[in-house]
Amino acid sequence: MTEDTPLVEITDLGVEFRLREGVVRAVDGVSLHVRKGEVLGIVGESGSGKSISVRSIMQLLPKTAVLSRGSVLFRPPGGGEIDIAKLDRKGRDIRSLRGRHIGMIFQEPMTALSPVHTIGHQVMTPIRLHLGLAKKAARDRARELLQLVQMPRPDQMLDAYPHELSGGMRQRAMIAIALACNPSLLIADEPTTALDVTTEAQILDLLKSLQERLGMAIIFITHNFGVVADIADRIAVMYMGRVVESGPVDDIFESPQHPYTRALMASVPRLGAERRRRLTTIPGMVPDPFELPRGCSFHTRCSEMVEGVCDRLDAPLIDLSGGRNVRCHLHSQNQTGGPNAG
Amino acid sequence: MTDTTLINPTPVDTNDAKEALYRATPRQLMWWRFRKHKLAVISLCVLVFAYLTIAFAEFTAPYDPYEITEMATMQPPQPVHLFDEDWNFQGPFVYGLKRTRDLETAAVIYTVDTDEIVPLRFFVEGPEYLFWGLIPGSIHLFGAEDPDARIYLLGTDTLGRDLLSRLIHGGRTTLTIGILGVFFSFLIGITLGSISGYYGGRTDGAIQRLMEFIRSIPTIPLWMGLAAALPVEWDPLFVYFLITILLSLISWTHLARTVRGSFLSLRGEDYVLAARLLGASEKRIIIKHMLPAMTSYIIAAVTLSVPEMILGETALSFLGLGLRPPVVSWGVLLQEAQSLRVIVQAPWLLLPGLAIVIIVLSFNFLGDGLRDAADPYGR
Amino acid sequence: MLAYLMKRLFWSIPMLIAVSIVAFIIIQLPPGDYATAYVAELRHQGDTVDPLMEQEIRVHFGLDQPIYVQYWWWISGIVLHGDFGQSLDYNMPVSNLIWTRLGLTLAISISSLLLTWLIAIPIGVYSATRQYSVLDYVFTVFGFIGRGFPEFLTALVLMWLAYSWLNMDVGGLMSPGMEQQPWSFAKAIDVASHIWVPLVVLATAGTAGLIRVVRANMLDELNKPYVETAYAQGLSERRVVWGYPVRVALNPFISTIGWALPSLISGDVITAVVLNLPTTGPLLLRALKNQDMYLAGSFILILSVFTIIGTLISDILLALSDPRVRRG
Repeated sequence: MTEDTPLVEITDLGVEFRLREGVVRAVDGVSLHVRKGEVLGIVGESGSGKSISVRSIMQLLPKTAVLSRGSVLFRPPGGGEIDIAKLDRKGRDIRSLRGRHIGMIFQEPMTALSPVHTIGHQVMTPIRLHLGLAKKAARDRARELLQLVQMPRPDQMLDAYPHELSGGMRQRAMIAIALACNPSLLIADEPTTALDVTTEAQILDLLKSLQERLGMAIIFITHNFGVVADIADRIAVMYMGRVVESGPVDDIFESPQHPYTRALMASVPRLGAERRRRLTTIPGMVPDPFELPRGCSFHTRCSEMVEGVCDRLDAPLIDLSGGRNVRCHLHSQNQTGGPNAG
Repeated sequence: MTDTTLINPTPVDTNDAKEALYRATPRQLMWWRFRKHKLAVISLCVLVFAYLTIAFAEFTAPYDPYEITEMATMQPPQPVHLFDEDWNFQGPFVYGLKRTRDLETAAVIYTVDTDEIVPLRFFVEGPEYLFWGLIPGSIHLFGAEDPDARIYLLGTDTLGRDLLSRLIHGGRTTLTIGILGVFFSFLIGITLGSISGYYGGRTDGAIQRLMEFIRSIPTIPLWMGLAAALPVEWDPLFVYFLITILLSLISWTHLARTVRGSFLSLRGEDYVLAARLLGASEKRIIIKHMLPAMTSYIIAAVTLSVPEMILGETALSFLGLGLRPPVVSWGVLLQEAQSLRVIVQAPWLLLPGLAIVIIVLSFNFLGDGLRDAADPYGR
Repeated sequence: MLAYLMKRLFWSIPMLIAVSIVAFIIIQLPPGDYATAYVAELRHQGDTVDPLMEQEIRVHFGLDQPIYVQYWWWISGIVLHGDFGQSLDYNMPVSNLIWTRLGLTLAISISSLLLTWLIAIPIGVYSATRQYSVLDYVFTVFGFIGRGFPEFLTALVLMWLAYSWLNMDVGGLMSPGMEQQPWSFAKAIDVASHIWVPLVVLATAGTAGLIRVVRANMLDELNKPYVETAYAQGLSERRVVWGYPVRVALNPFISTIGWALPSLISGDVITAVVLNLPTTGPLLLRALKNQDMYLAGSFILILSVFTIIGTLISDILLALSDPRVRRG
C-alpha cells in the first residue's frame, strides 16, 4: 500500500433510522477518507450525523439504524481491503477488527468504563482477546499501556475501579484500552467534551504525543472548532447528515467556503479577536429530522440563501483545488460566472 | 452519544399537536399518557365494574348468599343460551337440571334436561333484602321468570348456596378490605415516610431500621400469629376491622419507601430550596410544595398496594385465621375448595380464585399505568 | 470490606432481639396463659382440678413473674440451652418437633429460590436483549399472569389439574404407603413425583416478578455507554451481555435476596397447608389454631431469624459483587 492509499475510505454512506414516526436519514451520502497516520477532525452540531458516520466504521450503530447504502473500505496494515459496510454487525469479521485494528474512545469517561471491573481487567480484555496473551503477560502489557498514557501510579491503578478515578484519569484509561492492540485507526468521539478545560488540554496533548509516537490515524469528532485546530490535519464539516465542506485544516481556517462553516467559526470565541466584536449565533433552529427542508438543508438558516435555487435544488459537491470540497450552490454559480462567494 | 435527538424524536405530527402539548396542564398530560396504556384503561373499567357490582350487591346478586337449598347441593353452573336445540330463538334462558343419585356410590349426579327451559329475565322480583341494611327491596338485576325457580349461573356450593350471590357479597368484604387496609397503611406510611425523607439523619435511620425489620419478618407467619390471637367469639364486623388494621400494620413499609424516595429527590430540588430561603416553615414546605409533586407517585403506589391487602385477606381467611363463616369473603369461599375431593367434584368452587386473579391483575396494571403516567414528560 | 462486614453484623443484633420480642408478644397475646390452658386441657379430659393446682403450675413455670422476667427466661433458655419450651398439644419439648420440619421448609425454599433464578435470569436477559420479539411478549404475558396468582391458588389448580389429567394425587411429599419404608430408588421416584408441585408453585410466583425486574434492569444497563465500549473492544454479544450489564443488573437483585426469602417462607407456609407437606406450614397453623403458643412462637422466631440471616448473606454477596458498595 502506498502512502496515498487511504486507510479508511467511506463512499456515499447512507444510514437510516426506521422508526414508527417515519424514516430519519441520519447520514445521507457521506464520503470521507483518512490516510495512514493522518488526523481527521469532523466538526458539526449535535444531530449532524458525525457520530453515526464514524460509528459505521466499526458497525457500532443503534439497533434501529440501517446501513442503507455506500461502502466503508478499510485497509488493515497486513494488506488487503475490507468493505465494512457489507459485514454482519455481530459477525466474527467485524469483531476481529474492533479493538484490534480500530480503537475507539468515548465521550463520557464516567460511564464508558464498566463499574464492576478493575481498570487492569478492562485494559487486559482486548489484549487477551486479540493478541492471545496469557494473564501475566497481558498484565505487564496493561501496565506499559498505563505508563504510556501517563497514568499516575500505574501499578496501583491496575487494581482500581473506575469510581475511584478522576475524569481525566478515566479518559486516560479509555485511551489505554483503545490503544491496547496498537490499532492503525483510533476513533475519538468527543473525548474531551465532558472534561474541564485544564484536563481537556492535557488529554489533547496526550493524544497528540501518542499520535506522533505510535503513528496511528485518528478520526476526531467534536463540535468545537478550537479543539480540531489544535490536533487535526484535515477537517470535514457536517450538517444534517452531509459533509458540507472538507479540506486541510489551515486552508479552512483561513478561508472557509461554506456559509455554514463561516457561521460556525464566527460563533467560536477567540483570543486576540477584536474586543468589541460580539459572538454571532446561527439564526433559526436545526430542522426537524422528519421533515428535512427541500433543496440545500441549510437554506433555512443561511444568510446568503439564493431564492429559487437554494430552496429548490440539492446543493452539488464541488471540488476546489488543494484537496478541498464544498457542497454549496454559491460555488456552482461561481463556476458558471455567478456572484462571488469568496 | 451526540445524536440522541435523532434516535428519540418527540412523536409530534403537526404544529397544533405541539401547541396542545405545550399548553397542557400536568393533569391533562397524565391523562393522555395514561390513555395510551391500553391494559391500564381496561383494568380501570374492570375495577369500576367490580366496585359497582359490590356496591349494589343486594341488587346485583340474584339470591341471598346464605339461602341453603338442600336439593341443589354442588350443582354445576348453568350456561345461558339464546337458542334452543332446534335453533328457535327463546331469549336468554338456561336448561333445567335433573338430580339423580349414582346407584353404586350414592353420589349426586346432575344431568341437563333440554326439555325444561328456565327463562332468564332482567329486573325480576326475587328474595327480599335490606339494601345496605336500610332500604327494603326485592328487585334483582336478573333471575328466573318464576320466582320459585332458581338459576345458578356459577353453580352452588356444598350446602346448595348460589355461588354467584356469594361471590358478589364476598367481594364486598374482600374488595373493601383492600381499600380500607391501604387507607390505614397509607396513613402510617405517608407520615413516617415523609418524616423520614424530610428530616433525614438519625430520624431517617431509625425509621429505616424499623422498616427493614418489618420487611425481614415473613408476613404470612406473622399475620397468622397476630390473627390467631383474635378471639373467635368477637363480632365479625369488629374482626374485619382488626384484620384490616393488622394487614396494614405490616404492609405500610412499601408505601413509606416510595414516599421517602420521592421526598429525598424532591428535597434537593431548587424550588424547595427557594421556598426555604423565602422563609417558608417546614410544615408549609412539606404540605404546599412537596406533597403536590408527589401525589401522582403516591396514587400509583397506593394502587399497587391494594392487591397486597386483598391477597393477605384471602390467604388468612383461606387458612381459617382471618374472617370466619358466616362472614363471606373470597378467602372464606376458597376455604371450601381446600380439599382435592371437593375440587374434583365441583371445580367451579375455584371460581372465586379466578375473581381474585382478575382483580389483583387489574390493580397491578392500573398501578403500572398510573406510575408511567405520573411522569408526564418521561419516556 | 472487613469494616463493612462488621458494621453489617453489628446491625443484625438489634434486629434479632426485636424479632424475639415480637415472637414473645405473639406467644403472650391470647388471653390466659399456659396454666389456664393446661388446666382446661385436664378438665377437658375429665379430671377435676383444684384451683390451687392452677396456681402451683403458674408458680412452677414462673408465670406469676413480671413479663420481662418471663421473656428473659424464655430467650435465655433458647440461646443457652436450645430449649424452646413445651408444646401443649404434643406434650413434648418444642425443639423435638420443629427441626426436621424447619429443615424441609428451608430445603424447599432454597431450592425454589435457585429454580427461580435458573429460570428467571436467562429469560429476563433474553427478553431485554431481544426486546419486542415474540418470545419477549410471551414471557411478559407469563410474568403478568404469574403476578396475579397467589401461591395457594396455583397449588390448588395444579393439584386439581394433576388429578384430573394425570390421575395423580400430588399432595404430600410422598405417597401414603411410602412414609415408613426405608429409602430406595422407588421411594426417591415417588418423592420426586410429589416435590415438583411445591417447587413449581413457589417458583412461579417468584419467577414472574423476577423476570420483570431483571428485564427492566437489563434494559437500563444495555443503554449505558460501557456496553458500547465493550462492543468496541471486539467482544462477542454473548460475552458483552453476560460479562458486563448482567453483572451490574444483578446487583440490585442480589440485594433483594434477603427480601425474597421472607416471601418464599411465607409462600411455603401457605402452600404447604394446601399440599399437606410435612414442613412448618401445617404445624404452625395447627399450633396457632390450638393456641399451642410456645410451638407457634418458636416457629415464628426461627423463620424470622432465618430471614435475617438471609438478608445478611445477601448484603455480603452484594458487597462482594459490587465494588462501589464494598469500598464506598
